[in-house]
Amino acid sequence: MSHHEHEIVRLSAAALAEKLGSGEITSQEATRAHLDRIAAVDGDVHAFLHTNAELSLATAAAIDERRANGEQLHPLAGVPIAVKDVIVTNDMPTTSGSKILEGWLPPYDATVMVKLRAAGLVPIGKTNMDEFAMGSSTEHSAYGPTHNPWDLERIPGGSGGGSAAAVAAFEAPLALGSDTGGSIRQPAHVTGTVGVKPTYGGVSRYGAIALASSLDQIGPVSRTVLDSALLHDVIGGHDPRDSTSLTDSWPSMADAVRGADVAGLKIGVIRELDGDGFQPGVLARFREALDLLAANGAEIVEVSLPSLQYAIAAYYLIMPAEASSNLAKFDSVRFGLRVNPPGGGTVEDVMSATREKGFGAEAKRRIILGTYALSAGYYDAYYGSAQKVRTLVQRDFAAAFAGVDVLVSPTAPTTAFKLGQNDGDPMAMYLNDIATIPANLAGIPGISLPVGLAAEDGLPVGIQFLAPAREDARLYRVGGALERLLEERWGHTLISQAPDLAPGEMTAAQEGAV
Amino acid sequence: MSEITQEQVAHLASLARIALTPQEIESLTTELSSIVDNVATVAEVATADVPATSHPIPLQNVYRADVPGTTLTPEQALAGAPDHDGSRFRVTAILGEEQ
Repeated sequence: MSHHEHEIVRLSAAALAEKLGSGEITSQEATRAHLDRIAAVDGDVHAFLHTNAELSLATAAAIDERRANGEQLHPLAGVPIAVKDVIVTNDMPTTSGSKILEGWLPPYDATVMVKLRAAGLVPIGKTNMDEFAMGSSTEHSAYGPTHNPWDLERIPGGSGGGSAAAVAAFEAPLALGSDTGGSIRQPAHVTGTVGVKPTYGGVSRYGAIALASSLDQIGPVSRTVLDSALLHDVIGGHDPRDSTSLTDSWPSMADAVRGADVAGLKIGVIRELDGDGFQPGVLARFREALDLLAANGAEIVEVSLPSLQYAIAAYYLIMPAEASSNLAKFDSVRFGLRVNPPGGGTVEDVMSATREKGFGAEAKRRIILGTYALSAGYYDAYYGSAQKVRTLVQRDFAAAFAGVDVLVSPTAPTTAFKLGQNDGDPMAMYLNDIATIPANLAGIPGISLPVGLAAEDGLPVGIQFLAPAREDARLYRVGGALERLLEERWGHTLISQAPDLAPGEMTAAQEGAV
Repeated sequence: MSEITQEQVAHLASLARIALTPQEIESLTTELSSIVDNVATVAEVATADVPATSHPIPLQNVYRADVPGTTLTPEQALAGAPDHDGSRFRVTAILGEEQ
């Protein structure tokens, strides 16, 4: 990897886009630089499940040619992007982190892929994830865990740990994620990056392999707030192929970041997510960020959302119930794995043997839990009650947003924990999502951005802002403003403090050996 | 403590079409009991006067014009199938001998 490439991969998507537009860098150079970076560090990080250098470089070459011919391209044209493996791609295998889909090449593109390709972004690979997006650590991936670029012995969050680690390790400036209970925001928190869960229905889910259809949402992953906004503007908007897609017209999220200002903004601190069970270093950075916002004209008030204490319980009934239905499609008939039991058997025997072999432990756990929650005699007590809690959570948010513009909390209770630390204790793992789950139950948008490192372990801490449904632009406004204020104070970006994963790379480049 | 038995888990596994091993049934029984104890708290506040919400942003009557759209070709639809005969998915026997 050359010195020039080392500099390219550290550019934000916005800065890279500018250099592509001016002709200073070609998309082939940018794509090659990121592929070389992947080759240098992904053996340690394991953010990617699949890359295809030839394909990505050919896509980049086509963009360069169009630009050279004077064609007016989208500002992000030529910028590489990593894609979470939950999103189907017609030119790269798609597994959703599961053995049951190993090697599956989808016959179609997800709508977000169609939009990315139309804007000229260059898909650079598929990123690792917990199997079917079930997890908070990527340890449930059937292809082995992803490692946190800040400390390779720690989790990168989940389920979208691969996408977060890819941008944190400078393997891509942008990535797509999906967020069912925090799978974009919690990985952003533990990797010192930015992630946004849009309003439910704001981004098409067509071609996202469903975990829980009433909770899932695709969104952007990046190192800066502006980069997420730019990507959000590409992937958002109505899609007739997704009947839950909203028909609203959306303002430019990038403009919201560019005009970011918190003066007069009323910010509500969620009392239930500010104390017990939260690591001291997480709370310290969180409070500092609030002070900074207040010093710059925001009004900070405390609000209570009492129903949030039931949100995790409701989530772990609704999500498995929907997952058990959605995963019924893996029946060994139309796609994916087929296992024939010894001595043969009926199609049901084949199906049962296939699902036993193809699903990992967490997928089985949630399918069985969901089947239980939906079964006769238990439906009212579990699934029915959980849906009522959903109503209460929505009412709490509505009441809170009547008095404030945005809500705020730490994104997760702790910094990145060690790989393997929560093995064998599913409930402990589930508690990681305490601050992120409520937004999915209510369908509202949320952003996580870095606010510093925890004093006790030197690991990144994220802050989460939530806005009313359809008010995604408010998140970019407050997020963009806070990011700028923090970076002015630090004198650098947070991600620039991450360890160098390829020491010697620069020295070798300077000596001309690479 | 919820009373989830191994027999119950085995039954759920058959409903979910997963041929769990006896070891998996044993560990899942313990784990499910613990999880269900935690999630059962929803019943504390789910009183009769609270309506259920199934969808975060309710939409009604989402229709499209009744015109054929672009669909997969049979070749595309069959491309990822474990087994097919060129125009149809092929499966093993639907019925067992006792049926």
